Amino acid sequence: MDSTTSDPPVAETSAAAEIPLRGTAADGLKIVVVGGFGVGKTTMVGSVSEIRPLSTEELMTRAGEGIDEADAVPEKTTTTVAFDFGRITLNDRQVLYLFGAPGQQRFWFLWDQLFSGSLGAVVLVDTRRIEDSWYAIDRLEHHRMPFVVAVNRFADRGPSLPKVRAALALDEHVPLVECDARLRESSKTVLIELVRHLTRLHDRPAGEDAR
Amino acid sequence: MSARRHEREDPDRYFTITGGRRDASLDLVALVVAEIGPLPGMSSEQVRILRLCRDAPVAVVELSAHLALPVSVVRILLRDMLADGRITVRHPVSAPEPEQLPDLETLKQVLVGLHNL
Repeated sequence: MDSTTSDPPVAETSAAAEIPLRGTAADGLKIVVVGGFGVGKTTMVGSVSEIRPLSTEELMTRAGEGIDEADAVPEKTTTTVAFDFGRITLNDRQVLYLFGAPGQQRFWFLWDQLFSGSLGAVVLVDTRRIEDSWYAIDRLEHHRMPFVVAVNRFADRGPSLPKVRAALALDEHVPLVECDARLRESSKTVLIELVRHLTRLHDRPAGEDAR
Repeated sequence: MSARRHEREDPDRYFTITGGRRDASLDLVALVVAEIGPLPGMSSEQVRILRLCRDAPVAVVELSAHLALPVSVVRILLRDMLADGRITVRHPVSAPEPEQLPDLETLKQVLVGLHNL
């Protein structure tokens, strides 16, 4: 993913200046799209975003791989992890940010920050590498972060949804849908499915944890 | 993920910009507004932040992307600028608390916004 080049980063050109937020924007919201490498996270973010997806990075220490003591680690062990995002202006006040988060275990440090205050998550699945999604689903359940699972059907049809559900050991109440992350309408439908799922969860009896 | 220069991953460079401090209090989607214009003596990073946030709010994570600096480094810069009154921050107000669902009014607004896409 990294490459050596002396060219200035593309992100230096200011898309914020091209498509600024409304002056009244005051309330940022988050949804996280998580999945394995190459599954189409950035494609999904880009298909619904009002700006070209931007990439940035966060510092990550070795301690971030497994224990909760990042501050205790010397600065020299710091590396960076890149992630992408886009945005959708919802109304005069609210703007929804979509983050594409790498699903691998070593990035969980970044997840904590992305999940903090997130409405929910979309787990994007490539049926050729279903096992890439296991860890993400496990962490989401651990964090009690509500999510839907979307199978990105950009190539062959692959296994049926019931087979995917079984392979993911996915609880019956977790929505599982198909999508084509390249298409705005399709990605939009996935996000709407997530919001509907969140709305339905309000009706669940108090004390029922499963999401 | 875009191509990135290895030199930008040099932690020493970030240490110089931030004085080696950490700060995680500003959310990725907190919105930053410039309250003053650039002044002589400001660092180039501060000048760029003030210019980016001059006409409209810009999220912390967008500043990070445009400055090509890690989010945590931008947070440190913003904290100082906030303390000096050079910027103000509009914090997320509809974000759910940990392990809580977003409130129904927020979900309704998101649904309407998505349908309007």
